[in-house]
Amino acid sequence: MKREIPILITLVTGLFCLIGFFVPHPYVRLLYDDIQQWVIVIVGATYVLGVANLLRINLTQVSQKAPDWPYKLVLLAGLIGMMAIGFSEGSHYSDDASKFQWVYNRVYSPMSATMFALLAFFIASAAFRAFRIRSFEALLLAIAAFILMVGRVPIGNAIHPVIPAAADWLMEVPQNAAKRGILIGAALGVMATGIRLILGMEKTYGSGEGSS
Amino acid sequence: MPRFSLRWLVASLAVPFAFPALADAFPLQANDTPNDGGKSVSLTWSAPDPKPAQWILVRRERGGAFAPVATLDGNLSRYTDESGTIADGTAYEYQLVAQPADPARNSEVSGAATPSPDWLDATKSNVLVVTLLFFIVLFFTINQAHRGKRWTFRKIPGLVAIEEAIGRATEMGKGVLYIPGIQDIDDIQTIASMILLAQVSRLTAKYETKLSVPTNSPAVYTVADEVVKSGYQDVGRADAYQPDMVRYLTSEQFAYVAAVNGMMLRERPAATLLLGAFFAESLLLAETGHSIGAIQIAGTANVHQMPFFVVACDYTLIGEEYYAASALLSNDPLLLGSLKAADTVKFVLIVVIALGCILSTMGNPTLGAWFSTQ
Repeated sequence: MKREIPILITLVTGLFCLIGFFVPHPYVRLLYDDIQQWVIVIVGATYVLGVANLLRINLTQVSQKAPDWPYKLVLLAGLIGMMAIGFSEGSHYSDDASKFQWVYNRVYSPMSATMFALLAFFIASAAFRAFRIRSFEALLLAIAAFILMVGRVPIGNAIHPVIPAAADWLMEVPQNAAKRGILIGAALGVMATGIRLILGMEKTYGSGEGSS
Repeated sequence: MPRFSLRWLVASLAVPFAFPALADAFPLQANDTPNDGGKSVSLTWSAPDPKPAQWILVRRERGGAFAPVATLDGNLSRYTDESGTIADGTAYEYQLVAQPADPARNSEVSGAATPSPDWLDATKSNVLVVTLLFFIVLFFTINQAHRGKRWTFRKIPGLVAIEEAIGRATEMGKGVLYIPGIQDIDDIQTIASMILLAQVSRLTAKYETKLSVPTNSPAVYTVADEVVKSGYQDVGRADAYQPDMVRYLTSEQFAYVAAVNGMMLRERPAATLLLGAFFAESLLLAETGHSIGAIQIAGTANVHQMPFFVVACDYTLIGEEYYAASALLSNDPLLLGSLKAADTVKFVLIVVIALGCILSTMGNPTLGAWFSTQ
């Protein structure tokens, strides 16, 4: 029963959502919309479990003075500090002038932007590896990349107007064709995975009864 | 001709409307909005020039008194009345009243339209046909699998490499880091990742290799924790399961990246599996994994992130390979049958696409238009 009940719930809700996609009638649509709301409620409830897990793991490591425990302390201080500020401001925590927003905009956002900015360096190192010409395919990739990079900046047009036109053609024809091929395959993969789950064929997922 | 004035118009908005139909009034078409959930009437018109600055749309139940519904820009030519006061099964008539008042520019009173909900959204009929075709082919292949039919599929190097990567980690005495993407559990890529996690956790349990699964959603954390626990139970190693194998870090994208990169640099796993939905963080994670010398296997259906993974990882499962992975790893005939069904439908779609291209080139866009989703 540990396995059958979840499969039954998945089957019923999955088929209902599938039908709800095609049927706009309120008899179906209202319940379909309700199910979407339940998802939000359930996900909201899991935050309690997530925070409990975060606290348990990090408090244990701090109390045991595990390696790098000061970092865990910073994390806990940030978590508890932000929660305290947020709760102290009640429903006004998201106002533009709130302390919560001040901390978020002046502490978290710059740190987040810093992480994102690192992407430029990672792209440079990855591009260096990607454009090493070790095969005919790599040569084609490098030529296409060169045309695109030059074609997307003003100097490309200054050298010759055909360069930006070639860059546009690369993006609109071969790139689009490959992308659409991948997307069609992925869409069918989504259908296959969804149907396997709805029909309970995926035995690899959520068994836990000792059957391998 | 009756005299109309602004004063008269204002008075008319407060009391029942009674616009006489003028000989040169333009027609106003009112119809039940198709393919909807009801309580909606679609209006179209083609007013002659010069157009007024605004229209006041008025509505009445058939035989009743007109009342204003909305004020519209004079250049509009269509409008959908979805005001909360509209009811299914009631016949409504509409009229456009020119503003500033000029009765010569008013529309005719429309024919009666009765809103009602539809049982099928015909604009999605193309998706419905493909879905039904998929179901039919799927049940056929499942039936064949039950009768003993077996199919062979090409080997996907990335899948073969998963067991090799875990074996390598075991030999090196290091761990395996499994990153399930940054989408929530309602995303099909995350669900597919959980299925793969079940397979990976069985292997790490079998090889007694340390597994670490950082998540960025508490819902994914709860599911992943259950999946890993089940995986360890499945191979009889429930005792080896550790509650901190799966952990929730944060729901913020770049905070998650910082935390996972920190884990990579401190714990230095021998294998990094990036399987799920990834966005801007894909290269940040993959390049960090590359810098620590971990064998990296990535899989995603996000087309824009695939090039980053191809460059930075040892193996990449792209698009449908990612969704097919669990079936191929399990070697279950029924699951392989679903792959065969997907391949069959894909072949049919390729034929239809080619046919649509030929017909469109010959000047007949019907098939192409039917497959349009926008």
